[in-house]
Amino acid sequence: MSTTANTDSRSRGKAPAGERVADWADGRLGIYSLAKANMRKIFPDHWSFMLGEICLYSFIIIILTGVYLTLFFHPSMNEVEYHGSYVPMQGQLMSEAYKSTLEISFDVRGGLLIRQIHHWAAIIFLAGMFVHMMRVFFTGAFRKPREINWLFGFLLFVLGMFTGFTGYSLPDDLLSGTGVRFTQGAILSVPIVGTYISMFLFGGEFPGDDFVARFYSIHILLLPGIMLGLVVGHLILVFYHKHTQFAGPGRTNKNVVGMPLLPVYMAKAGGFFFLVFGVIALIAGIATVNPIWALGPYRADQVSTGAQPDWYMGFAEGLVRAMPGWEINLWGHTLVLGVFIPLVIFGLFLALIAVYPFIESWVTGDKREHHILDRPRNAPTRTAFGVAWITAYMIMLIGGGNDIVATHFHLSINAVTWFVRIGFFAGPVIAFIVTKRICLGLQRRDKDKVLHGRESGIIKRLPHGEFIEVHEPLSQEHMYTLTAHEQYKPAEIGPTVDENGVERKAKSSEKLRAKLSNAYYGEGNQIPKPTVEEYREITSGHGHH
Amino acid sequence: MKKLSARRRHPLAALVVLLLALACTGGLYAAFAPADKAQADETAQSLAIDEGKKLYAVGCASCHGTGGQGTTDGPSLVGVGAAAVDFQVGTGRMPAQQPGAQVPRKKVIYSQAEIDQLAAYVASLGAGPVIPTEEQYGPEGADIAEGGELFRTNCAQCHNFTGKGGALTHGKFAPTLEDVDPKHIYEAMQTGPQNMPSFPDTTLSEENKKDIIAYLDAVNGEETESPGGLSLGGLGPVSEGLFGWIFGLGACIAVAVWVAARTAKAKKS
Amino acid sequence: MSSQDIPEENLPAEQGAAHGAVGVADEKHPFADPGLPPHEHRIQDIDERAAKRSERTVALLFTVSMLATIGFIASFVAIDVDKSVYIWPLGHISALNFALGVTLGIALFTIGAGAVHWARTLMSDVEVADERHPIEASPEVREKVFADFKQGAKESAIGRRKLIRTTMFGALTLVPLSGVVLLRDLGPLPEEKLRHTLWSKGKLLVNMNTNEPLRPSDVAVGSLTFAKPEGLEEHDHGFQNEIAKAALMIVRIQPENIKDKRELEWSHEGIVAYSKICTHVGCPISLYEQQTHHVLCPCHQSTFDLSDGARVIFGPAGHALPQLRIGVNDEGYLEALGDFEEPVGPAFWERG
Repeated sequence: MSTTANTDSRSRGKAPAGERVADWADGRLGIYSLAKANMRKIFPDHWSFMLGEICLYSFIIIILTGVYLTLFFHPSMNEVEYHGSYVPMQGQLMSEAYKSTLEISFDVRGGLLIRQIHHWAAIIFLAGMFVHMMRVFFTGAFRKPREINWLFGFLLFVLGMFTGFTGYSLPDDLLSGTGVRFTQGAILSVPIVGTYISMFLFGGEFPGDDFVARFYSIHILLLPGIMLGLVVGHLILVFYHKHTQFAGPGRTNKNVVGMPLLPVYMAKAGGFFFLVFGVIALIAGIATVNPIWALGPYRADQVSTGAQPDWYMGFAEGLVRAMPGWEINLWGHTLVLGVFIPLVIFGLFLALIAVYPFIESWVTGDKREHHILDRPRNAPTRTAFGVAWITAYMIMLIGGGNDIVATHFHLSINAVTWFVRIGFFAGPVIAFIVTKRICLGLQRRDKDKVLHGRESGIIKRLPHGEFIEVHEPLSQEHMYTLTAHEQYKPAEIGPTVDENGVERKAKSSEKLRAKLSNAYYGEGNQIPKPTVEEYREITSGHGHH
Repeated sequence: MKKLSARRRHPLAALVVLLLALACTGGLYAAFAPADKAQADETAQSLAIDEGKKLYAVGCASCHGTGGQGTTDGPSLVGVGAAAVDFQVGTGRMPAQQPGAQVPRKKVIYSQAEIDQLAAYVASLGAGPVIPTEEQYGPEGADIAEGGELFRTNCAQCHNFTGKGGALTHGKFAPTLEDVDPKHIYEAMQTGPQNMPSFPDTTLSEENKKDIIAYLDAVNGEETESPGGLSLGGLGPVSEGLFGWIFGLGACIAVAVWVAARTAKAKKS
Repeated sequence: MSSQDIPEENLPAEQGAAHGAVGVADEKHPFADPGLPPHEHRIQDIDERAAKRSERTVALLFTVSMLATIGFIASFVAIDVDKSVYIWPLGHISALNFALGVTLGIALFTIGAGAVHWARTLMSDVEVADERHPIEASPEVREKVFADFKQGAKESAIGRRKLIRTTMFGALTLVPLSGVVLLRDLGPLPEEKLRHTLWSKGKLLVNMNTNEPLRPSDVAVGSLTFAKPEGLEEHDHGFQNEIAKAALMIVRIQPENIKDKRELEWSHEGIVAYSKICTHVGCPISLYEQQTHHVLCPCHQSTFDLSDGARVIFGPAGHALPQLRIGVNDEGYLEALGDFEEPVGPAFWERG
């Protein structure tokens, strides 16, 4: 009963009002133990650690503006005649969804701004997630204990893509309708169940009267609901694991060095929300996004050139555009490989990056926690893999806009398509090799710096006439930072004879792992860190340069 | 690729055009000077045809044949009509500079009077669409919204929603319709220049054409409003994505760098 | 695959540990961790005038934000929603959207900038180290959890009373089926719906633009016309669904230029009618090049040769565009001689 006594004594002591409110809340919610652990939580300073915040804030902005838009948007496909203020659409037949979007844009004061903030924020949200994911990937922040949070983030990216896509489809304009038509065609290509899924999703034949209302509930309720849950989980885990940090003096795997949440990060992170919101509001004030009034209402027999989805679906679009038209007819059935294969590759390619942490931890066999980030150069194989993945992604992004590329660079669209087809396979291989060479080169340079010091730019002439450049020894901090990274030894296949002398066969998985491990950490795949002996040999024997 | 390499020859090609233009004007002058007095009794029409024939012999015959019958370098002009000539020459496409996937729009080298004479001559080779009058293509009394629907049915598939142009196969392209004279748009619909299909009055009525032109004027004219701000080329999600990445995310990251950067330390001294 | 078989010594030493204790480098440990560098003061920490300047800057930023918010409200009230204004280099834009966007942007941005400037220049910038603790629980806790779990499982007797266990799993497996069944009425079954269009014998080809039936003489060589079946009007309910399958693209090619025999047979004096719906994923394909007779899809660049049975010559489409057999009726109008012989639009499993 000591707490009661405490509370009593506090209230008797005429504590300030703020404290009394806090006491009241603590008695019911137990906020003090939460605050004790988190109020002075330490966050390390690095710009790349704020990429996730860009995503979080744009997500909040999207939710705020999205709620506003639902107040005016009519998710209905009823055909109506337009008699509003936009002259070039007078008397046109259109769905209520399109009409209400026109009204938001032209008749609701500030409606256009909120629509544009919503759309720009979505584009930035997805771009931010992509960059954030790549930051986590290249620095190895996905390693234990953060694999689950990596998956949460990955799921957020994928769900964000589909939330974006369903939202883009809602105004029922000619461009988005073409995208929905594409989706329906792609669904039809799924073997056995394709036609059924299509009929169920669209409530009958395409386009039907239902998809806007259905996409609406998916867009504003189902997907954002799941995403909100994942975001909360993602943040809880970030707090729970504490933030990673780059190697540096005083920074170990057992601590985290930075500024406290209260007050510095409260101000910085809180301020950053306003900064991001401000940037997006400014952009929405000066640049058009998705001018649906110029696109016209959807009609199943109309189309415009330059029919592209928003950028985050461009990768899928590129796959579909680059694919040759394969179709197999067998026993009265059609296998639409020309559409189905890109669909499958789309999923597999994204999954590849999602499962990577598990592959790497299997190869290294490392079960320890990692809180110190890798510099990308110090994990050459991982970095090369990541760059190869991005290369393939970017090539397909180009493929998704092949017509725009063709017209703006005066190229043949067929040539661009062929470039994409070949590039999708050749590009990642080249990128992998080149990146690995660059990483190894940078590792060598680091090693040189540690052993020989920094090039000072001072040229000295020796008595016998030779010119040398004076190298200055590195500072202790710098030397530590450059040698702090971990280096694995390649795994070998364990002994093939057990202690009783009985031979056992090495499992194929073991062999595979040994091979992979060698590719990661074998000779020539990483530059050994300078050893104490090397250093001493060089620093003691003068006359080197 | 072909186009790109063709582009490299540009300076030379420009020289050729210059020479051609000089030859034309020179030839023209020579043709005009003695003819002025002697033709008082001729009808204006046949005069124009005669003049056009001379112009034709200098500027066009090398590719289209001396009588407009066509050669391997250029199609026959019999029956293409005055509208086709007015479009091709009036937009600078003809005379062509070089072979390529498509003859692009460029600087016009004939005066409108000369173009009319050429058109009169070519029209005399065989009947075809005539040059439309201002009444036909002017925006007065047109239904803009109806034009929009017609545009999206017949034109947008190649020229984009608001006429920004788009790609066709093997380096060919549908050009942008920005700053194109309404008369030329009308003639293009009528005659189907190069790979563009024609939309004759029998399938796309005069009134339809008028509506389309009025719509284009409304959404792609000089005074067209882009309420949301920068139109980013009107190209849709590709340019929006680029803008979002570079300026949207770029600005956010630039701000992040500032937020996370160390504040300047006081100098020790 | 566990990692037990990777020997410990293959793993690198714990970061930091290999370098010896935190401290100054010596002969033995030249790369030792020197520890956190000493804190250096900012100008604002030692010069009160500089600190005052920072304070004023922050306050100024917050004040600008207030003014911008007032500007936002003033713009909202004062500027007409349809007022257009020319602003270089943005062009003719909505005055209201621009004013609202800029004032809102400034109001928000300056709050953020003020807060961050405050944090960067006036709040303590002493770096603090926080200890980490392993996520994994200690072995004792682990033991306790497993013991508790076993105790609970034993008390429930789920392992012993198999009948309960089996029926419970059965019930839990079956109950979501109700949810699945409920989804059945989302839409009808496909049946033959994708196989038929509105076209049938005797239906006239109606020009999309003029809403008049077409005569052969209307369709010139090199022209492009779009048609719909007679009787289908834009105001009809279900127009979208029908036009999504029935939309027709009509071109005229000199009969001697038609390479495909069946195409010529199904044409009328070189007038051919093809489905406008791409066989790839269903975009209305219609980028017709009249000299090459190629038609390109703007969505994924499938290219078809209309002079050769609309076979695919480039891109991801898997089969030719379906052709509609046409003729001329007694009154001289173009008419369909039946429905398409194959399903139009994208291919699907049951297409065959």
